[in-house]
Amino acid sequence: MADEQDEGPSMTSSAAGDALEARNPIDPRSARLTRRGLIAAAAASAGGVVLARLPAQAPAAQGAPTSPPQPAGAPPGAPVYDLASVPPDPTRAPGPPTSALGARSPFETSARTPVGLVTGSSLTPLQQLSGTVTPSDLVFERHHAGVALIDPARYELMIHGLVDRPTVFSLDDLHHLPSVSRTVFLECSGNGRGAYRTPKREMTPQAIDGLTSSGEWTGVLLATLFREVGVQRGATWFRAEGGDAARLSRSVPMEKGMDDALIAYAYNGEPLRPSNGYPARLLLPGYEGNANIKWVRRIEVSDGPGMFRDETSKYTDPLANGTARQFSFVLDAKSIITSPAYPGRVTPNKWTQITGIAWSGRGKIVRVDVSVDGGNSWTVAELQEPVQALAHTRFRIPWQWDGRPTVLMSRAVDDTGYTQPTLAEFRGRRGAGTDYHFNYIRAWDVDSAGQMAFRVDE
Amino acid sequence: MKRARMKRARMNRARMSRIRTSTGRSARARALAGVGLIALAFVACDRGPLAERAGRRQRTLGTGRLPADVQAAPDPPARFGVGRPATDSEVAAWDVDVGPDGKGLPAGSGTVAQGAAVFAAKCAACHGPAGEGQVGAPLAGSPPAPKLVGRDPREGFPFGQDPKLVKTVGNYWPYATTVFDYVRRTMPITAPGSLTNNEVYAVVAFLLAKNEVIEPTAVMNSSTLPAVRMPARDKFVADDRKGGAGFK
Repeated sequence: MADEQDEGPSMTSSAAGDALEARNPIDPRSARLTRRGLIAAAAASAGGVVLARLPAQAPAAQGAPTSPPQPAGAPPGAPVYDLASVPPDPTRAPGPPTSALGARSPFETSARTPVGLVTGSSLTPLQQLSGTVTPSDLVFERHHAGVALIDPARYELMIHGLVDRPTVFSLDDLHHLPSVSRTVFLECSGNGRGAYRTPKREMTPQAIDGLTSSGEWTGVLLATLFREVGVQRGATWFRAEGGDAARLSRSVPMEKGMDDALIAYAYNGEPLRPSNGYPARLLLPGYEGNANIKWVRRIEVSDGPGMFRDETSKYTDPLANGTARQFSFVLDAKSIITSPAYPGRVTPNKWTQITGIAWSGRGKIVRVDVSVDGGNSWTVAELQEPVQALAHTRFRIPWQWDGRPTVLMSRAVDDTGYTQPTLAEFRGRRGAGTDYHFNYIRAWDVDSAGQMAFRVDE
Repeated sequence: MKRARMKRARMNRARMSRIRTSTGRSARARALAGVGLIALAFVACDRGPLAERAGRRQRTLGTGRLPADVQAAPDPPARFGVGRPATDSEVAAWDVDVGPDGKGLPAGSGTVAQGAAVFAAKCAACHGPAGEGQVGAPLAGSPPAPKLVGRDPREGFPFGQDPKLVKTVGNYWPYATTVFDYVRRTMPITAPGSLTNNEVYAVVAFLLAKNEVIEPTAVMNSSTLPAVRMPARDKFVADDRKGGAGFK
């Protein structure tokens, strides 16, 4: 109980399923209600939100569109498109004007599933994403003491310990150093716990595996910073600490720090969002999410791990053989079919597309096999090129359902030759009580009516 | 295995000789060879740490055929010289972590009895009077506080097999120093960092005694705490996964 509740995903996964049922994302009526509520709230507050009505209804319909006055220094607002004002024929009247920030169509309901707690998570709606990139505002969250709100002008990153020159870097300093951009996934170590421990047929891809996101990160290689400070002989680990109220800390082997570790300050072309580590975070491509310290403020170069709470009592893997694996950083290959999936359905004798994402913390996905008969036979899916190492990889395969109940599965293979294990293999080796890194093959039931449901194996 | 290696070496020699023979032919062939060499350089660039690869790739590009007025990028400096020195007092103010060897433990001490009082005043509301875990409604915005005390099961370490087992300080945490480090930096959750060092030592002493790891008369300080041997200390193993065939 303690672990699951403290850790979040187990609780949030099932809670997320309930939340999704409560406000069905594909029900336009609930969307309309929500949007109206939003619009009312936006109109009531002067919080920098621009209400984008149709010109026909807006006071400045004939001339230049105007925006409500904003307080000086307020961040630019995004329009709230009024669902009720969508015209029957948008070719017959001009639409809303340009705006400072973009906004989604009022018909789109993609959203994370926050649990409303400071130590908890919100999950990415995998079933509502296309391609390989997660939009900034849908990147999953996992916080241990809330979102740290940090003034970038006051941000400092200290590097000390076994170094020649203990140094404080400002955000401006980081921006002056050579930058690197890299598309990588980030997955919470506990992703899939709810589906493993307390599976429910009414689980969406989001509820099952929504603690993974992928996109382009930009920052300074930690190796560049290590050269600035002069790492001393005998340095084998570094200890990273966040500037949040949990001062979340993890120890990482020095090889990773000298290889591809980044101090990232941007995601998908814009500064990091506060919930993902603004103004700067540690990014360890392929490593479990928890080690990618957000709001990183201190790195201590050391001769051993700190044995912090999140690398001893948490984020260790109890195994079926009565031990627990420690410092199991790298996320092994994994995949999930995101469509068709619960709560969707399929139509008999009609072409549909089975699609999903696969990823591996060890390198490139080289193959994804899809089974439409419960794992008896497999077909190679098409991978979206270019396949990028350590990034979400989109797979697709056309399929015609014959109308008989069956089970869909996907199985990823990475370029080390590692194949995603079956649930039985996983359970046998790790045990029913294991806590992290749930990368076994996911399965979806199709019933005789074409209704999809998460497969719950007994 | 050995045969495969020899075959690879043969193929490499063949490839190199093809490249050699192609140089010195027509201009087109020379250009193609240039492309081939650049491609080879790229392959070579993909080995080693990303940190070195990035710079190497940029400079290697410069060795290809460039217009006369374009030169290769210079080597980056050994240091860019950004940042400012961290003062000793700045480091001391932030460097609060405590290692398993006790390095970083501050002066001060605490007894089990003192810890009981601190725990009752500042921890019990969430973790329960005896550290049994959330009893009433959790704080707004916080999840139920976990159980901290309990030695079940006394034998073995069946956490992998049994999803109902609750991990506590006594049955799972491998290092006593971690309790000090974590409590000092994060607890109480509504006022992290507000406990004095003596209060932290005392709470740690209380938790270790309630978990029957130390005697009720024990005193925790920078020399006694690292010497505490936790029951689960030997249960942790290194990561043996390396990718490739087989599930671990």
